Amino acid sequence: MSEAGATAAHDAHAEHHELGFIRTYIFSTDHKMIGRQFIFASILMLIVGGLLAMMMRWELAWPETPVPFTSWISEPFMYPADEDSTVGAVEGLSEYVDPYPGANFAKSLGSVGGAHMDPAFYNSVFTMHATIMIFFVVMPFMVGGFGNYLIPLMIGAGDMAFPVLNMLSFWTAVPATIMIVYSFFVEGGAAAGGWTMYATLSADPTLSGVDTGADLWVISLLILGVSSLMGAINYITTVVNMRAPGMTWFRMPLVIWSLFVTAILLLLALPVLTAALGMLLFDRTMGTSFFMPGGGGEPILWQHLFWFFGHPEVYILVLPAMGVTSDILSTFSRKPIFGYKAMAFSMIALAFLSWIVWGHHMFVSGMNPVLGTAFMLTTMVIAVPSAIKTFNWLGTLWGGNIRFTSPMLFALGFVSNFVIGGLSGIYMASTPVDIFIHDTYFIVAHFHYVVAGIIFGMFAALYYWFPKIFGRMMNETLGKVHFALTYIFFNLAFFPMHFLGVGGHMRRIYNPLQYEFLHDLQWWNVFITMSAFCLGLSQLIFFANFIWSLIAGKKADKNPWEANTLEWTAPSPPGHGNFETTPTVYRGPYEYSSPLVKEDWLPQDRKLGPEAVTASH
Amino acid sequence: MMQWLPEDVSPYGGSIDALFYFIYYITAAAFILVTALMIIFLYQYRRDDSRRAVYTHGNTGLELVWTIVPALVFIGLGLASKSIWEEVKLNVPETDVEIRVTGKQFNWEVLYPGPDGEFETADDYQVDNDMHVPVGKPVRVFLGSKDVIHSLFMPNLRFKQDMLPGRLIEAWFQANKAGIYEAPCAELCGFGHSGMKGTLYVDTPEDYAAWYDKRWPPAETNGSDASAAETTEEVLASGAVMDAETMPDAEAEPAATEEEAVSAEDVPADSAAQ
Repeated sequence: MSEAGATAAHDAHAEHHELGFIRTYIFSTDHKMIGRQFIFASILMLIVGGLLAMMMRWELAWPETPVPFTSWISEPFMYPADEDSTVGAVEGLSEYVDPYPGANFAKSLGSVGGAHMDPAFYNSVFTMHATIMIFFVVMPFMVGGFGNYLIPLMIGAGDMAFPVLNMLSFWTAVPATIMIVYSFFVEGGAAAGGWTMYATLSADPTLSGVDTGADLWVISLLILGVSSLMGAINYITTVVNMRAPGMTWFRMPLVIWSLFVTAILLLLALPVLTAALGMLLFDRTMGTSFFMPGGGGEPILWQHLFWFFGHPEVYILVLPAMGVTSDILSTFSRKPIFGYKAMAFSMIALAFLSWIVWGHHMFVSGMNPVLGTAFMLTTMVIAVPSAIKTFNWLGTLWGGNIRFTSPMLFALGFVSNFVIGGLSGIYMASTPVDIFIHDTYFIVAHFHYVVAGIIFGMFAALYYWFPKIFGRMMNETLGKVHFALTYIFFNLAFFPMHFLGVGGHMRRIYNPLQYEFLHDLQWWNVFITMSAFCLGLSQLIFFANFIWSLIAGKKADKNPWEANTLEWTAPSPPGHGNFETTPTVYRGPYEYSSPLVKEDWLPQDRKLGPEAVTASH
Repeated sequence: MMQWLPEDVSPYGGSIDALFYFIYYITAAAFILVTALMIIFLYQYRRDDSRRAVYTHGNTGLELVWTIVPALVFIGLGLASKSIWEEVKLNVPETDVEIRVTGKQFNWEVLYPGPDGEFETADDYQVDNDMHVPVGKPVRVFLGSKDVIHSLFMPNLRFKQDMLPGRLIEAWFQANKAGIYEAPCAELCGFGHSGMKGTLYVDTPEDYAAWYDKRWPPAETNGSDASAAETTEEVLASGAVMDAETMPDAEAEPAATEEEAVSAEDVPADSAAQ
């Protein structure tokens, strides 16, 4: 049988080649290739988004001094500086804080191709940093990339339900990506209204000074919404219809649960964003007044629509990382996940509750204060399923036999960051406290712990499934060093932002020195910037490891982690059609250290003797 | 942690800060609990091939505990927050001090109603960025915007409220300590958002009276001349209104110069006020 299977795989392989280069690598309908395309595209965009963050951090640490390596950017975004003006600009900082931290560093590095940043360009930079990281990194990586790769493999299907739709989903995301990057190069620069694009600033080009760039932002996200919608329909259909024999709902891995719930959220949330973006585009280009009070519109309507989409969006981003973390914690603790059903139902609860908490973004927006109380209470309720998940992760570790591999370390890092991000959310859920910390660095710290913390989930997923996806192992030592540095500098960069927020430091300002009450906090900004640079540099280890392993990594076995789920029964990498024979599922995904077998893992598709089958539900 | 919150001079700030610290202790306890358990488990249950992991799928009792306990804590926090929120937002105290602050790219336009207590009358006084209020008295503030959404943020008063074009939002604050406080804009409002700020002058009763009498001389308050003399045009001519171009320079100055600038343009005889 295995010989026949090998022949079948070989035939599939041959057929795969017959498709030719373009059908195999570019316009592929194979979910695995589409998954890889999404992963590569989002890693490229991660570099863009990361570099934008570095520019921002420089500006915040040493305001209005030349930013190194930026002199290639033309006016009116960056203004050229020579060495004398660099030194002068840095020395000028001591007027505010004396001695100014990191002045020598800023002087020497700022003179290397340094240029002055225009404040309007700074607004574009943080707007695009957030837009890229949310819509073009985390979403395509986790949902587009791993959603595509894992769903058919983990439920035992040969491909997605609609392979052509799947291909279209990726190739619709490409023009959206090109458009968002291109928007930097049009007259007036890229969108500068913040990723939330609050009207009326966003609705009238004369108010922000950005015309075409913001239109491209809107159109790009409209197109991206179509792409995600096609993906969502595909995922839902595939999970509902194409599960292998025996793969009941409660035998699905939690990562599949998370992607399924995410797809439903996408399907329901995106139309709201699309409607809002449509209205915004009409206001901008056709003179309608959905959000402009002058014509009878209402700026706060945008906020209601945006956050009605935006809060489910937060769970769209974080749920897959939670699912990945659950799978990895169980695998490397060699233990069943603690409270499987509690984990699945808490994700469903998060999905439902995410629709009725959007007003917590708007406590000081001018919304009726009575409504604020209602949204505060729903927000307090949504914290409960997050707490349930955290405690169940701890329960999974308890009594385990823990293997500290790179994916495990990153999954633990995700849990650790999620705990901090979850707890800091409580401050802002409390309406009176939010009055003070709203729109300060406290919220910046909070959402980076949650959303940038997802990067740990992304790395966990990549290190874990890399052998399956690319057929080679990544270097474990480099992976561990990468984790240690990333974890340390992530916390050094983002934790002090809480202190800034408590001190009242507003977000989205480009020169904190313009405010006297922030002068004493400025050294934190320098500290954060230094940590952020180290965080950025640490990623070079990842890129080196990633590229080296792609080319010359050790060949991976079918099941290098001794894991239970179905993808590990397919070859590494799986051929066209995934499985040599359609697997039959006999049990849940987390039967580690089961007393039924000698080994400490028991794959979902392994058939045991009749008495053993009865014993293991 | 205590000294990181800016000094509070408002009547309700104490409650907000107390709630903040209450949440701080709860979250710190939860953080320490979870982190300590995690570290202990990671050490205690590190890989050891001589034993097997505990084979368990969960524990319903534990699930109930860690569902109900956080739920009760969150409901408690919600109720505590609700009462303070209502104290701040819904119980607006009676007062006769009213101002109107209108955001515009990139200044606060401050409008005082003058002796008649009515806005949009001839004795109004309008100035950019300078808010004069008496110490220890509630101030009713009407917030609006001319262009985009701004947000009036006064850290020392624990006050923040967005200002929407097309709406006049009523709010209140009270400063219990005389002094000069910064009042930045907290909502992204365009290329000049960074650096958009006003100054709140919380005057002692004497200083406030002096400022008020200078603006609306007592002998002439009933005369139409005085009202006419304080039209916006005259104030503009006197240089009290700074336009966007001159703002950055003024902001870059330290506090002492700001005071001088104000005394020069506003109340020359009043330099002893601060």
